[in-house]
Amino acid sequence: MTTTVSPRTTAPAGGKLPPAGGGSRRRPLLPERVRRGGLPYLLLLPALLLEVLIHLAPMAVGVWMSFRELTQFFINNWSAAPFAGLDNFRVAVDVNAPVGEALLNSFLVTCAFTILSVGASWLIGTAAAILMQDTFRGRGLLRATFLIPYALPVYAAVITWSFMLQRDNGLVNHVIVDQLGLTDDRPFWLLGGNSFVALLVVATWKSWPFAFLIVTAGLQSIPQESYEAAAIDGAGMWRRVRHITLPSLRPVNQVLVLVLFLWTFNDFNTPYVLFSEAAPEAADLVSIHIYQSSFATWNFGSGSAMSVLLLLFLLLVTAVYLLLTNRRRES
Amino acid sequence: MRRRRAAAAALLVTSLAAAVTGCGGGGAAQGSNDNPTTLTYWASNQGADLEADKAILTPELEKFEERTGIHVELEVVPWSDLLNRILAATASGEGPDVLNIGNTWSASLQATGALLPWTEENFERIGGRDRFLDAAVASAGAPGQDPAAVPLYSLSYALYYNKAMFEEAGIEQPPATWDEFVEVGKRLTGDGRYGFGLEGSNLSNNIHQAYVLARQHGGDFFDESGEPTFTDPGAVEGVKQWIDFMAEDGIVAPGNAEYAQNQSLQDFATGKTAMLLWQAAGTTFESFGMSEDDYGVAPVPTPSGTPGQGTEVNSMVAGINLAVFDNTDNLDGALEFVEFMTSDEEQAVLNAAYGSIPAVESAQDDPAFDTPALNVLKDALATSAVPLPQVPEESQFETAVGTAIKDLFAEAAAGREVTTELVAERLTEAQQQVG
Amino acid sequence: MPRPHRSPSAPPASFLWTRRIVLGALAVFTLVPVYVMVSSSLKSLEDVSGRFQWIPSELTVQPYIDIWSTVPLGRYFLNSLIVAGAATVCSVVIAVFAAYAVSRYRFRGRRVFTITVLSTQMFPGILFLLPLFLIFVNIGNTTGVALYGSRGGLILTYLTFSLPFAIWMLIGYFDSTPKELDEAAMVDGCGPLGALFRVVVPAAVPGIVAVAIYAFMTAWGEVLFASVMTNEATRTLAVGLQGYSTQTNVYWNQVMAASLVVSVPVVIGFLLLQRYLVTGLTAGAVK
Repeated sequence: MTTTVSPRTTAPAGGKLPPAGGGSRRRPLLPERVRRGGLPYLLLLPALLLEVLIHLAPMAVGVWMSFRELTQFFINNWSAAPFAGLDNFRVAVDVNAPVGEALLNSFLVTCAFTILSVGASWLIGTAAAILMQDTFRGRGLLRATFLIPYALPVYAAVITWSFMLQRDNGLVNHVIVDQLGLTDDRPFWLLGGNSFVALLVVATWKSWPFAFLIVTAGLQSIPQESYEAAAIDGAGMWRRVRHITLPSLRPVNQVLVLVLFLWTFNDFNTPYVLFSEAAPEAADLVSIHIYQSSFATWNFGSGSAMSVLLLLFLLLVTAVYLLLTNRRRES
Repeated sequence: MRRRRAAAAALLVTSLAAAVTGCGGGGAAQGSNDNPTTLTYWASNQGADLEADKAILTPELEKFEERTGIHVELEVVPWSDLLNRILAATASGEGPDVLNIGNTWSASLQATGALLPWTEENFERIGGRDRFLDAAVASAGAPGQDPAAVPLYSLSYALYYNKAMFEEAGIEQPPATWDEFVEVGKRLTGDGRYGFGLEGSNLSNNIHQAYVLARQHGGDFFDESGEPTFTDPGAVEGVKQWIDFMAEDGIVAPGNAEYAQNQSLQDFATGKTAMLLWQAAGTTFESFGMSEDDYGVAPVPTPSGTPGQGTEVNSMVAGINLAVFDNTDNLDGALEFVEFMTSDEEQAVLNAAYGSIPAVESAQDDPAFDTPALNVLKDALATSAVPLPQVPEESQFETAVGTAIKDLFAEAAAGREVTTELVAERLTEAQQQVG
Repeated sequence: MPRPHRSPSAPPASFLWTRRIVLGALAVFTLVPVYVMVSSSLKSLEDVSGRFQWIPSELTVQPYIDIWSTVPLGRYFLNSLIVAGAATVCSVVIAVFAAYAVSRYRFRGRRVFTITVLSTQMFPGILFLLPLFLIFVNIGNTTGVALYGSRGGLILTYLTFSLPFAIWMLIGYFDSTPKELDEAAMVDGCGPLGALFRVVVPAAVPGIVAVAIYAFMTAWGEVLFASVMTNEATRTLAVGLQGYSTQTNVYWNQVMAASLVVSVPVVIGFLLLQRYLVTGLTAGAVK
């Protein structure tokens, strides 16, 4: 098995601390016994408790719900909801029937959206961070500017975009049609096929500053000497980026890309605010789809089954991703 | 070793979940009078904004407290949150004592069993069922069952038309039949202006209109036993007629397909469209600078031109109902509060403030409701309005069919042909989703 | 004109041009919606709902006055600050401990922990909303601690949302701090916690700041959970801003004005914090 952290870590095995340096240590903070084996567990405890309470227990309830016929008839007394076996799942994966077909469509749309949005956010964020690594006049101001999309409340940012994307009165069509004259027909951005593009642009606008932030922080831990050594070797700017910057960012990138992926895949706020209650087919992200299949139609069993399927898919992707990235890093 | 640990962790999580579900469904508890001095009340957003609602309701609640000694905790819940808050309250049993619900949710919420059923006995305690409009009570729960709520504010649809634009086009009377409507609409369309405006992406508005049109074609979306019949020929015709105002007749601007935030009201107020079907729209027109004299209000057209019952209905019964959570800890207080809110006096005050119509017949005599616009709405409610299907699957219906109509408008706006077959196909898919 | 660079050789002209073009385009992309917000917030409702104009024909500050009476913006703002602030502090502190344990110790269950923590990011939030609400209600009924409808419940929820990422990210940042540094600190007589706070944390300041910003923004913008878990007294901005679109009207100009007003303190906070994003290892650890 591979490890999940950088192999540079050379922690002592067996849960023991390195031998105390000399006999000079002053009053130990913790009893010897705890420090020897229990300290890491103690450090993890708060995180673990919260994860169990807020994530794992509700998740288990969600899994339980997916095997129940939890409709409006049972929601008031839902421990009495009849056992549905695999029925909820069967309906969800039957791609020949409308429910399964719609879910499949929504899943594929989400995959395409996630790959494009994460790719664009990462690329833009990394490029901007690298370009702004050296000091220049106005760098601080520019950096703050780039963080604005991230600082606006999601609702405010997305409602502004929906305002700009209106067909008749929006800025986007004003520029495309009235000012540049690119087309005569005013295209719809919030309906039909274009809604995918609209969603992609809005989501990328909103998430690239995050990639920028994380990569900027990551760049700080690259020792200056590496660059200096490379410069002495005569390596140009671009080669330094390729051979030093990007490889050093790998541990940060590994987490960043994965988290952006999970986030984008499960994003609810952006499509919900952009399209309100019913997203067009071309932009029907899975999170919205599940919301429709549980909250709007009050069938929580079916919605849970879809979520569990999604969870399994994401687990698989994450496992493969971690295996691949770790292997590459180790080789 | 590691495996055993993981198994232990899994066990811990499942048992936690079991503990939670075990005591879930606290909503099953019966009502009591353990807490006779306070009530929690969730009001829906009826006024211009949340603060306006509070300003309207607070003095009335103080009046109630003066009379009964019961303090009412008021929370005005925005529409975007209301249904989710109610669902969470229903599932957990942790909710208000009294709450407003959209009347189309009545049967769905009734099916959960979380709301107090309005038996004859309960109705007696608030002055009797006969005080309320028949149509309004019919929209408070499934037929044949005790209503799940009591009507509070009522509304119906009317045809709003721009007087100046009608005069300019030489039209003397508002259209009474759909044929006239389309004909007039075509005369009013041109030069960037359109005869009619609608909200193509607003799911519930689509449902309201398509439902009435379907009834006019002798169709319905549910049969007697409550089974969905979305592909009933009358239902298909109704939906198609609604889409055709844009697709076939061309009296609706294509841009209306994406409207969902009352943009059509602004278009009307600013003279871009000449006609609109809406519930009391006066205050919104005013906020866009249109005065009361600039527009006329007429009954919504019907096939024959004379609104009535059967295929001559011309509005759905719109409105807000007042419900009591079955597990309230102040049952007597809650009933007293409902009695207070539905008293003639309060009905007049509140409905006048919100521009709606009293659900209590005797309160309608108040001069505040004797305006030309409200008289049209009142007539429709009394004679030609029909409640939306009162079935537990109503919310699935609104979501599935409303979305189908929205998608059809998108097709029409993109210039593609909308045939009867296409409409039937989309409705078939919608029906299979409700399943 | 670029000032002297940190790297010894001046970057080539191609690099400078790429930088100007790319950063310029990004600035435009970023700022256009911001400009729309600013200009729309200065228009009357009638203008703002009409066809878009780059230059408003008439300016009014009325929306900035109206925002306070349409919804209780001040209270929402305060709630958001309390919730997001508390969630951030707790999340960062808990994550620092957990990440330190994972980064510096080998212990049984270490991998199970990291994978489990990560996997919690995968479950669609929409689904555990209702179960979580039920858990909070049940905790309330059995212990009397009111978590639903309170800021406390929301703080707990949000801090847990950002925790997994915070832990993972900090593991990465801590791993890149050379192990020798804390060993040296221990030789100097620090305990493991001393080494954490005196060496590891200072060296990872940029990472911690990034994680803190992340935690803050997660809590700041969340809509769905806040809409169900808060009541009038505890409602946060993310939900409260929806109050500007009412039954009858969407007050576009007020939405934009309110969004700008509440974002200004956050952007200023970012401005102040961003300098810490570029200090850290190079400045702090390599003495």
